[in-house]
Amino acid sequence: MTNHWVDIKNADLVLIMGGNAAEAHPCGFKWVTEAKAHNKAKLIVVDPRFTRSASVADVYAPIRPGTDIVFLGGLIAYLLANDKIQREYVVNYTDLSFIVKDAFTFEQGLYSGYNADKRSYDKSSWDYELGDDGYVRTDPTLADPRCVYSLLKQHYARYTPDMVERVCGTPKDKVLHIWELIASTAVPTRAMTIMYALGWTQHSIGSQMIRTGAMVQLLLGNIGIAGGGMNALRGHSNIQGLTDLGLMSNLLPGYMTLPNEAEQDYDKYIAARAQKPLRPNQLSYWQNYGKFFVSFMKAWWGDAATAENHWGYDYLPKLDKPYDMLQTFELMSQGKVNGYICQGFNPLAAAPNKAKMDASLAKLKFLVIMDPLATETSEFWRNAGVHNDVDPAKIQTEVFRLPTTCFAEEDGSLTNSSRWLQWHWKGANPPGEARSDLEIMAGLFTRLRKAYREEGGAFPDPILNLAWKYAHADSPAPEELAREYSGSALKDLADPKDSTKVVRKAGEQLAGFAELRDDGSTSSGCWIFCGAWGPTGNLMARRDSSDPTGIGQTINWAWSWPANRRVLYNRASCDPSGKPFNPERKLVGWNGSAWGGADIPDFKADENPAGGMGPFIMNPEGVARFFARGAMAEGPFPEHYEPFETPLGRNLLNPDQPQAISNPAARVFKDDREAFGKAEQFPHVATTYRLTEHFHYWTKHVRLNAILQPEQFVEIGEALAKEVGVENGGRVKVSSNRGHIVAVAMVTKRIKALTIDGRTVHTVGIPIHWGFTGVAKAGFLANSLTPVVGDGNSQTPEFKSFLVKVEKA
Amino acid sequence: MALQSLDIVRRSATTTPSPQAREAHAGEVAKLIDVTKCIGCKACQVACMEWNDLRDEIGSCTGHYDNPADLSEHSWTLMRFSEHETAAGDLEWLIRKDGCMHCADPGCLKACPAPGAIVQYANGIVDFHEENCIGCGYCVTGCPFNVPRISKRDHKAYKCTLCSDRVAVGLEPACVKTCPTGAIVFGTKDDMKQHAAERIEDLKSRGFEHAGLYDPAGVGGTHVMYVLHHADQPQLYANLPAEPKISAMVGLWKGMSKPLALLAIAATAFAGFLHYIGIGPNEVDEDDEAAARREMEETR
Amino acid sequence: MTDLTRRQFLKVTGATLVGSSLGLLGFSPAPALAEVREFKLSRATETRNTCPYCSVACGVLMYGLGDRAKNAQASIFHIEGDPDHPVNRGTLCPKGAALIDFIHSDSRLKYPEYRAPGSDRWERIGWDDALNRIAKLMKQDRDANFVAKNAQGQTVNRWLTTGMLAASASSNEVGYLTHKVARSLGLLAFDNQARV
Repeated sequence: MTNHWVDIKNADLVLIMGGNAAEAHPCGFKWVTEAKAHNKAKLIVVDPRFTRSASVADVYAPIRPGTDIVFLGGLIAYLLANDKIQREYVVNYTDLSFIVKDAFTFEQGLYSGYNADKRSYDKSSWDYELGDDGYVRTDPTLADPRCVYSLLKQHYARYTPDMVERVCGTPKDKVLHIWELIASTAVPTRAMTIMYALGWTQHSIGSQMIRTGAMVQLLLGNIGIAGGGMNALRGHSNIQGLTDLGLMSNLLPGYMTLPNEAEQDYDKYIAARAQKPLRPNQLSYWQNYGKFFVSFMKAWWGDAATAENHWGYDYLPKLDKPYDMLQTFELMSQGKVNGYICQGFNPLAAAPNKAKMDASLAKLKFLVIMDPLATETSEFWRNAGVHNDVDPAKIQTEVFRLPTTCFAEEDGSLTNSSRWLQWHWKGANPPGEARSDLEIMAGLFTRLRKAYREEGGAFPDPILNLAWKYAHADSPAPEELAREYSGSALKDLADPKDSTKVVRKAGEQLAGFAELRDDGSTSSGCWIFCGAWGPTGNLMARRDSSDPTGIGQTINWAWSWPANRRVLYNRASCDPSGKPFNPERKLVGWNGSAWGGADIPDFKADENPAGGMGPFIMNPEGVARFFARGAMAEGPFPEHYEPFETPLGRNLLNPDQPQAISNPAARVFKDDREAFGKAEQFPHVATTYRLTEHFHYWTKHVRLNAILQPEQFVEIGEALAKEVGVENGGRVKVSSNRGHIVAVAMVTKRIKALTIDGRTVHTVGIPIHWGFTGVAKAGFLANSLTPVVGDGNSQTPEFKSFLVKVEKA
Repeated sequence: MALQSLDIVRRSATTTPSPQAREAHAGEVAKLIDVTKCIGCKACQVACMEWNDLRDEIGSCTGHYDNPADLSEHSWTLMRFSEHETAAGDLEWLIRKDGCMHCADPGCLKACPAPGAIVQYANGIVDFHEENCIGCGYCVTGCPFNVPRISKRDHKAYKCTLCSDRVAVGLEPACVKTCPTGAIVFGTKDDMKQHAAERIEDLKSRGFEHAGLYDPAGVGGTHVMYVLHHADQPQLYANLPAEPKISAMVGLWKGMSKPLALLAIAATAFAGFLHYIGIGPNEVDEDDEAAARREMEETR
Repeated sequence: MTDLTRRQFLKVTGATLVGSSLGLLGFSPAPALAEVREFKLSRATETRNTCPYCSVACGVLMYGLGDRAKNAQASIFHIEGDPDHPVNRGTLCPKGAALIDFIHSDSRLKYPEYRAPGSDRWERIGWDDALNRIAKLMKQDRDANFVAKNAQGQTVNRWLTTGMLAASASSNEVGYLTHKVARSLGLLAFDNQARV
C-alpha cells in the first residue's frame, strides 16, 4: 500500500477492482464503510462476480476476467480527452512532459525491439531523450508529439467505450457512469483510493494492470495524498515483511537485488543500482545503495566482510535467470531438483496444475515440511481417493515433517500491507514437541556449519563465516534478530559535519537508514527496517493510538517502514510551492524552513521547494513514470493481451498480429504450453478466488470455519446452469486440459453471462479452499485446473482467467 | 450492570409477581443491525459460537451461502442470503443476520409453561434458563420470528442471550464487538434509534427512498432492530415478517387455558409429584407434540 | 379467537401442567439459578498478539488459563479483537474470530515425523534424528551439485538442486534468519507466497 488501512476513511471515492476487500479483508474494509458513512464517499466495484464488496457498493459493473487494462486504458483516454486531469500535479510530478527516443515505436501490439524467438525485447529504444547536459529533454507545454503525454494519448486512443464494451462485456452506460465518477476526483479537493489484490496480480499481464491503475491515479493527482493511493491489500499476515526482507529468488533485503552472473565486478554492481539523477537537483535516493548493501553484508558476515573482499561479494550466489516457484517446479518436473524445504507453505495446493506438482514432488529425493498443520504437500504421497489418486509405493521421496509453533506461541513482529511492523507476544506453549521456525532453522544451520567445519566441502566460506553471535546458537531470540535487521554502529560514528563529535557509540542501535555508511562502520540487515529497534528500544511494540489531527495517522502506533512514514510520496500532496493541495486533509507542508505535519515527510526534510526537487525521490527523474522505460518486460505502456487461455482466440485490440494475442514477453515452458486448452473444447472462462469464511488452505483445519463453509462448490450463472442442465445444489464436473474437479453447483444471479464481441461468454467461479486434509469435507484442490504461466514480470500464476468445461456430474 | 434476580421483570409461567424495584434508569439496551452495511462475512456467527462455547455440525453445501442451514441449539444466529433483482434490473444481495429479536413483548415468554425457563430483564434482554426448560416447544410457536430451537439431544430450547453474561459486566455482545464493518452496533435503545436515523438519512441520499428502521410495534418494539434499505418490503430479507404478532395460540393460553390450567394444578400436583419422583420429569411425546404443533401452525 | 381442537386444548392445558404445577410447589430449581452465566474472562491472563491470516494485521487479545504462576500451564481458551488497535478497533472477521480453533485444531502437528521411500505411513522420530538426517542430505546434495563457476568461468557460487519456500505467515525474525541461512548456502530456488 502507498497509504494505509485507516487512511481509506479519507477517501471521497473508492474503486475496488482486482480485489474483493469486503470478502478477503473485512476488518480493513471497515474503513471503506467509514468513508461512506462519514465522508459521503461512494464505492465502485468492478468484478467478474457480484461479490460481497459489490453487495454494499453504490455502483457495480461486471467485467470479463483478464480485461482490466481495456477498462482502465479506456478510462485514461477518457480523462485525457475530457481534460479531467490534475494538471499542476501531472506537469510537475510526472514524466508527461519528457521526450521519448525517436526509435521507440508501437505497432499492432508489439513495441520496438521484439524478438519472437526469445519472447523478449531489446529495450534500448524504451527510454527518454537526453539533452547535451545529460538530463532528460522536456516540453512543459506537453505539445511535442514525442512527449510522454502525446504518446500516451495516442496509445490509448484505440481504447474507446465501444471497444471496452466489446472486449470486457461491461455495458457501455455503466462504463461511462463509472468513468464520470472517477473523473470527479481530478480536482485537488477530492480523493480516490484504488484497492486491489490477487484479482490484478494473478494474470499473465497482472503487473501491467496494476500500472494502469497507478497511471489513472497519477492523472487524477491521487498519489501521495490522504484518502488516495494504490493500495495492494496483500495476502498473508507477513507477505509484506517477507518480501521486504527479500525472500525471493532474485532479491536481497530492502529491495536490493542479487547480482546477475555477468556482474562480476563489485563496483559496477553498485553503480548500476546507485543511479545518478536524470534531472537537475533530484535526490535519486538509490544513490545510497552502497551504504545499504555494505551495512547488510556486515550484518550477515560481520568481520569476514571487508573492504578487501568487497564485503563478501563472492559469498552471494549469482543469478543466470530467476528461480521463482514456477521455474523451480519446472526444473523439479525434469528431475533436476533433489531436495526441497517447505516452511509454512503448501505448494501442492497453492501452485498451478496439481498433476504437474504431484509428478514433480515425486521426483525429489527428500522433502522437508515445517508447519503447524498437516498440509496436503506433506502428504502428497498418500492416496486420498479421487482427491489425490497416487500410489505411495511408487513414490521414493523421503519426507520429514517438522511441527512448528503458531502465532500464539511465539514473540515477534509482522509487517502488514500498510507497512507497519507490529510486535506480538507469546501466550502459551506449543502442543507436543513443536518448535519455533527459529529453532529449526538454527538447528539445521549449526549442524551444517559443524559438518563443513569438520569435514570441509563445497565453498564452505559463507557458511563458516556467517555472523552467528546469538546467545543460544541453537535458538536465536526474536529480540536479537530484530536488533540485527534494524542495525547498529560497529564503531563510534563521527558527525559528518563535525568530526570531533560522536553521533553513535559503537554497539548502539541506529535511529534510521540515514545513519548507514558504506565503510563497514554500520550494520543493518534490512535497511528499510532500520530504526524499527532504535536507540530508544523496540518501536514495533508501541501502542499509542492517539491521532491528534484526526486524519488517522497514529504515528506512535507500532513502526512503519520507511522511517515510520505512513503515506508514501506524501510530498506530492502539496503544490510545487509546498502548500497542501487540500488543506482540509493536510499530511505535510513546507513552513519556510522545514517540512512537517501529520506524517513523516517523504522528502529531504529541509529542502526548499523552490529548488524543484521532485516528490518521487526513489526515481532518478524525481517524478513518477507513465513511461516505464525498461522497467517492465512487455512494454513501457500497459497494453491489453488476452489470457493465455482466451475464449476469443484473438486480441480485438490488435487483431492482425498473432504474436500479440497473449503477453508476448511472458515466459512459457514447453510442456506447460502444450497443456493449454482451447475454447473449442473448454468454452467457459474460469476464475479462482477466496471466500470470506476461509483463509487459503489453512482454515479447513479450523472447525469454526469448516462449519461456515463445509463443502466445495463452484458458482455458475443461471444461463449456464440451464445450458448444462444442472439445478442449484446439484453436482458438476469442471474440467480443464490439465485435470478436473467435482463440486456442488451454486447457481446464482451474481454471475451473469457476458456478451463479448457478439458472443456469449460464461464465467465459472471456483473458490479454492478445499483439499484432502482437514476437518472440512474433503474436496479437490482447485489448482487441479489451473495453467502454468506467470505474469511477465512477477511470475505470479494466471489463476484468474483460464478455460474450463462445465458438465453435469 | 449485573443481571440477577432483582433485574428480572418478567418470568415465564409464574404467577407470583417479579420484583419491580429495579429499573433500567440509564436506558434499555438494544442491538442495531444495519443490513445495508452487512457484508455477510459471518464473523458474528463465529463470535457467537466461540464466546458461548458452541460448535455446530460441519454440514454440507446445498447451493446457498447459508451455513449452517438453520438456527439450532449451536447456532444462535446466522446469516440469511437473498438475491434480489430491482425493477431497474440491478442485483442486490440482501443479507440478514437472523436471531432472537428480544421483543419488548416476548411471545416466547408468554407461551412458555415452564416456570422461570424464560425471563426478561429490566434492560430488555429476553433470556432462556435451560435448566427450567421442559422442551415443550411452545416458545417456538409463540415466537413471531421463528427463532428458538429445541435440541434433539437434550430437548431444551436455545436461542441468543444477547450475551447477557457480557452485558452484565458492561460489555457489548460478542457479535457486536466482532462485526468488521460496524453493521452491528450496540448501546441504549435511544442511542440506537438515533444512529439508525443517521443511517437512514445517508441511505435516502443514495437513492433508497424506502430506507427505514425495523422495530415492529406488534411485539412492543424489539431490542434487536434492523436498518433496511427497503423497509417497505421486509419480506425481501429472507421473509422477515412485515407485521409480526404473537401467535393467537399464545393469546389463547394466556386468556382462557391458563386459568383453567391453574385451577387444575391443585388436582394434578400431587400426582405429578409422585410421577416426578417415581419416573422422572415428564416429557411430551414427540409425535403427539409434532402433531399438535402442526395443527397450531395451521390455525395461524 | 381461533377454534380449539380437543388435542390442542389438551396440549395447552394438560401436557404441560406437570412442569407448571411442580414449579409452583417448589420442586423447580428455577428461582435459585435464574442468573446469567458468570463472565468467563474475569481473571484470565490477557496477551496481545496479531492475527496470523491476512495483511490487515488485526490486533487480538488472547485469554489464557492461569495467571502465569509457575504451576499453571497456560492454554489459550478465548480470543477476541483488541479494541485499542487503530485498524480493527476490536473487530475480527470470521477467520480471526475463529483463531481458537486453529490453535487447538486436530490437525496441529505435535511430533517430528518421517515417511520412508515407498511407504504409505508416517513414523515418529526424534528432533535430533530428524535434523541430523536433513542436514546430512542437504550437505550431500550441496557438495555434489554446488556450482562455483559457470561455463564462462564466472564466479557464481550457487546451489540449484535444492530449493526452499518460506512462509509469509512467519515473523520478520523468522524470515530474516531463514533468508540468512538459505543464501549463505547459495540457494537461488527460494521464494515465498508473494506470488500466489
